[in-house]
Amino acid sequence: MTRPPDGPSPLLLDMRDIQKRFAGIPALADASLCVRSGEVHALIGQNGAGKSTLIKVLTGYHRKDAGQVLFEGEPFEVHSPHQAQVNGISTIYQEINLVPLRSVTENICLGREQRRYGLLDWNAMHAEAERLLSRFAIGIDVRRPLGEFNTATQQMVAIARAIGFSARLVIMDEPTSSLDEREVGVLFSVIHQLKAEGVSVIFVSHKLDELYEVCDQVTIMRDGRTVRSAAMEEIGKLELVAAMLGRDVAAVEGHATAFGERDRSRIGDVMFSARGLGAGQAVRNVSFDLRRGEIAGFAGLLGAGRTETARLVFGVDRPSAGQMTMEGAEYHPDRPADAIAAGMGFCTEDRKGEGIVPEMTVAENLTLALLPKISRNGVLDDSRQREIVERFIRELGIKCSGPNQKVRELSGGNQQKVLLARWLAMNPKLLILDEPTRGIDVGAKGEIQRLIRRLADQGLGVLMISSELEEVIEGADRIFVLRDGVSVTELEAEAANEEKVLTAMAHGTGASSGATT
Amino acid sequence: MNRARLVRIIGTYGVLIALAALILFGFLRYDRFVSFYNVMTLLRYNSMFALVALGMCFVIMTGGIDLSVGSVAALGSVASALASPYGIVPGLAAGIGAGLAAGLINATLVTRANLMPFIATLATMQAASGSALLLAGNQTVSVSYESGFTAIGQGNFWTFPIPAAIAVLAYLIGSLVLNYTGTGRAVLAIGGGEDASRLMGLRTDRVKFLVYVASGGLAGLAGVILASQFGAGQPIEGVGWELFAIAAVVVGGTLLTGGSGSVVTTLAGVLLLGILFNVLNFENGMGWISLSAYWQSVIRGLFLLVVVLLQARLTRRRLNAL
Amino acid sequence: MTELPRSYAERDAVARSFDLFGFLSRYGTSIALVLLVAFNLAFTRNFATMQTLNVNLTQVCTIVIVAVGMTLVIATGGIDLSVGSLMAISGALAPMIFMGKILPIGSIYLGVAAAMIVSVLVAGLLGLFNGWLVARFRIQPIVATLVLFIAGRGIAQVMTNGNLQTFRVPEFQWIGLARPLDIPAQVIIMAVIVAAAAWALKKTLFGRCILAVGGNEKASELAGIAVSKIKLAVYGISGLCAGLAGLIVIAINSSSDANLVGLGMELDAIAAVAVGGTLLSGGKATIVGSLLGALTIQLVRYTLLANGVPDAAALVVKAGIIALAVWLQQQHRG
Repeated sequence: MTRPPDGPSPLLLDMRDIQKRFAGIPALADASLCVRSGEVHALIGQNGAGKSTLIKVLTGYHRKDAGQVLFEGEPFEVHSPHQAQVNGISTIYQEINLVPLRSVTENICLGREQRRYGLLDWNAMHAEAERLLSRFAIGIDVRRPLGEFNTATQQMVAIARAIGFSARLVIMDEPTSSLDEREVGVLFSVIHQLKAEGVSVIFVSHKLDELYEVCDQVTIMRDGRTVRSAAMEEIGKLELVAAMLGRDVAAVEGHATAFGERDRSRIGDVMFSARGLGAGQAVRNVSFDLRRGEIAGFAGLLGAGRTETARLVFGVDRPSAGQMTMEGAEYHPDRPADAIAAGMGFCTEDRKGEGIVPEMTVAENLTLALLPKISRNGVLDDSRQREIVERFIRELGIKCSGPNQKVRELSGGNQQKVLLARWLAMNPKLLILDEPTRGIDVGAKGEIQRLIRRLADQGLGVLMISSELEEVIEGADRIFVLRDGVSVTELEAEAANEEKVLTAMAHGTGASSGATT
Repeated sequence: MNRARLVRIIGTYGVLIALAALILFGFLRYDRFVSFYNVMTLLRYNSMFALVALGMCFVIMTGGIDLSVGSVAALGSVASALASPYGIVPGLAAGIGAGLAAGLINATLVTRANLMPFIATLATMQAASGSALLLAGNQTVSVSYESGFTAIGQGNFWTFPIPAAIAVLAYLIGSLVLNYTGTGRAVLAIGGGEDASRLMGLRTDRVKFLVYVASGGLAGLAGVILASQFGAGQPIEGVGWELFAIAAVVVGGTLLTGGSGSVVTTLAGVLLLGILFNVLNFENGMGWISLSAYWQSVIRGLFLLVVVLLQARLTRRRLNAL
Repeated sequence: MTELPRSYAERDAVARSFDLFGFLSRYGTSIALVLLVAFNLAFTRNFATMQTLNVNLTQVCTIVIVAVGMTLVIATGGIDLSVGSLMAISGALAPMIFMGKILPIGSIYLGVAAAMIVSVLVAGLLGLFNGWLVARFRIQPIVATLVLFIAGRGIAQVMTNGNLQTFRVPEFQWIGLARPLDIPAQVIIMAVIVAAAAWALKKTLFGRCILAVGGNEKASELAGIAVSKIKLAVYGISGLCAGLAGLIVIAINSSSDANLVGLGMELDAIAAVAVGGTLLSGGKATIVGSLLGALTIQLVRYTLLANGVPDAAALVVKAGIIALAVWLQQQHRG
């Protein structure tokens, strides 16, 4: 374990040798974290490295089994997030943890309401909410329910809430995962403001570029331990990743993703095409073609209409305008079952909410879409099911104790593989992957990327939505950039680079010649 | 005014509009509908349901449910009838106390043992019902008329029925708590997202605990009024009260999933369902049609159906806006 | 890091040895049932007789039949409060048909057949109505079925004008009174229904879809499962079960009282399902568990009554059992 060198500012937080076990299994073995006043501190590690557990121990959500926590030099022991908040530690969680049905004001002020004559002073609270939001250059009607605003605004409300508690330490758990570039910019300026005021920030993120932009210090965790702590400028990206993975630097050199080389000759003729798709405000005019054996990437900012387009293609929602053709025939699905019958599969971005059935086993999850095919006269064929399940567990390398393990017990990456297998078992012609590697540790991510490439090479058409630029640029054979519900640009992979894609995402212009051919 | 706003207003105030329309209908159609006697009788009788519905409303706003209110009211009526010879205060204390005890059990099961509210209060319902029967020895328990206990249910505060006055007071306090205290806002926040509320630092268990205890206490109070009004503690009364209360809360526009609701419109829901029967009785009195009392529940059910369908449309629109 | 055991059975065995609550939640109901039987064998006079068995089975079998439908509904994440009222409707309708109050029917056999089929179908259709509200309008099941809970009994009462219908029609009453092979007919019906439903839930496409819908509705929809149809079907089946149970109740009583048939049945059935180990939030269900749950509750009541404890106290004990059973399951889930 390394400790940061003594700097000018005093230690605000000193967590040492924290241990925590769940049902006998160690989640934290020897975790330490030191944060100075006015410091932005990155906390990174793969999924399951223990970042969240460490934070939850700090905020009193979990109780530690051993170790010591000093906050401002005093022993710090809290039993609830509430106590942590009162004592100056505010947390913003990855999934926005606010109450959509209640007003913005309530969401900001709950837990520290302002009173007058013992009763709530609504005017003062509304004013307070407006004042806090104005720091983010957000002017909204704070009386309206939070749920009426978009995700980014909700995220800002969550941050405003945390800051409103006059915290000395703000913990941000992947705060940028639902923000677009501009909003990330606003968030970073707020972080700089906080820093200037002497507030410390613990910043958890998987996006390495962001860390270098905003953080001073970094702590790297692996397998429940702190493996490295250093000043941000002292450690290179490669070193950082290597420390997270516990591997040699050489192994991760070269490409940022694991898609591998593409083979253009394998791409066939157009299988699916959409012209002028529209549905409400989210999708206004989207056209694209997908060829056999091709990975088509959808790039775009949050809210550009990528997921919404995918849902139209898969028949989850119905388009109000435009035509689709599948293998030359007209195609208008009324429900997902129609899309499945046409040979499509859809891996949703919301793995927990729309993907897995947590109480069911790996086998049951894997065969969910396949059920009609493995049943005869409505009776399930157990042996066929077992055969298929075992084959995919083997082929995709799904790490589980067996086909009968509950899927909720698997890691995110393995759950994603189960979902992929669910569709691959259908032997589809077209697979829609919405953020296939989101929230998955680096190792599993690489495996999934390689798998996608392999499948495409075998003739599958893949429509891949990703918010990670390098994933689209390195993975896709053809890139469609969506902006405000319109497909603005089509780029061949060879011609694509970060600058072009970003320009199209931001301005909607660029090499748009091929968009409607 | 745009359409969405109109929809929202109807969603919130629809029950008030319906109530006003029904009253107007009764006023125009029947001679003695808005007579002093009729109004006071109506208020006196429905005050019990109003109290039960108030507790239910708070429970539902946290995203829970309390199925035990009916049998807890029965238990309260028996307990207060047994204590009635000692006077008004012991009678009240016994009834409310029994209700609070049942509420405590619910609260403990829900917040400490983490049982689903539906199942926890279902169990308490059976337990309260059994206790009421045991306490009453399987029969109704006459209240004492000498001690003045019957004034709670039968007396007037000037000319206003005392039970109705109690209910109005309870609703005033309820409204104040909901809108102007941190606990009240926490009730709604928990219903809107319990995990989120906990992470926001709200003491969710404490608030939920309070809500179930309060619901029990209010059901006990309703039991006191029941015993006092009808002169007997009735261990088998209260069957179906919980569902009436749920219906009133839903009709009042409170979301059954929690997170959104109002005390005032719940009262309107109670009155609406109450007046519906009243209108039916008047209609029968006119002699044009003759609907047996059994039609009441059919009409009540149909009414609930209409409200629920309307709400489904409204909430879907609201969800679409999210 | 300890190495995971290879086979799943092994893994289970390891988990069980460490997990008392898991063990209790899985087998607690069975253990309780065995203990109750043992207790009664030791202390209750005349317990080990065919008659005791028959008394308990006949009393429990309408609850079990309703609980089967309820289990399926709960497995999809729903609930059906209307079952008691649907029993009242089918119980009110059947005598009206076979006694010729609606249409004079010449043959009593024809009349009885029509009565049974029509009244059970009507209950099934009303169940479909519940399902329609839930599936089409996305109304929460508690509220959707509350509509028929309130209106249904009213409909039954209006149909009969609240009057008691009495009858002596052996051609009909075999369903509640006949004893082929000395086993009550309704017990056989119950056994058939339980077996069929348990098999369907485990081994058929329909059963798997029910559990998937309850486990994650959105995921099921995306996997091409016709969620609305599944929901319609389970509420329809629940209605059919309730209709059949209504017939058995009136056959046993030789009379039909719309005010009383099926009163409180929804709660008895839900209690049986909960005690039996079905997850009330959906996604995990056991039909045999519901049978055991109903038997346990029934046997507790019988044991108490047979040993001189008043019925009211039995209610309190029953409440305790429901709470305890569900609490144990929850400990297991952590």
